[in-house]
Amino acid sequence: MDETISIVLFSGTDDKLQAAAVLAAGAAALGRPVKFFLQYWALAAFRADQITADHGLAPEAGAAGRAAVDAAAKAGHAGWVATLRAAKELGEVDIQACSASMDILKLKQSDLDPMVDGVEGVAAFYINAGEGQIVFI
Amino acid sequence: MGNLDIKLRVDASGLSCPLPILKATQGIKTVASGDLIEVIATDPGSVKDFDAWAKATGNALVEQDATGGKFRFVLRRK
Repeated sequence: MDETISIVLFSGTDDKLQAAAVLAAGAAALGRPVKFFLQYWALAAFRADQITADHGLAPEAGAAGRAAVDAAAKAGHAGWVATLRAAKELGEVDIQACSASMDILKLKQSDLDPMVDGVEGVAAFYINAGEGQIVFI
Repeated sequence: MGNLDIKLRVDASGLSCPLPILKATQGIKTVASGDLIEVIATDPGSVKDFDAWAKATGNALVEQDATGGKFRFVLRRK
């Protein structure tokens, strides 16, 4: 069985980025390789000048969800950037930007946080995913 | 409990999933094969997580207990 987990990360709100970071960190702790493919709004969130900004929450969060997330952050829960950096330090976590999304958003790799390892197209993503599972967030 | 030779203690109290297993993974890499580490967590999910983590990584879950909302795991490096 191919143990690689490939995560297509499309969404750019902090809750969905956190959900993806948790999946990646868990896989890294189990020794499973993780590959990210960043598209659209997730890619925008990885801009070096935006990565620590408030990216909001998914619409279904509402005011109660916002309050719950704020309380967790205040209680010291790690945010998605810290979780992802820890996962990368610990295991085999490769983060690739989707070249089409880079083009649409007019980004160069130098615009992105150094956590992003490179830029690739969808064919390369599929080849690297191999027979492993693909998750879309 | 007192007779175990624990080489490293990791306090993951107050940390939510997946940080306890992340801290354990970081910690166990700093000790030699066969050495024991102890992890304390308060995340209730850590009970099933450490069981799965031990199975997946081949490190052994030597002891575990729960007292007063704290979960204690003793792990032996593969």
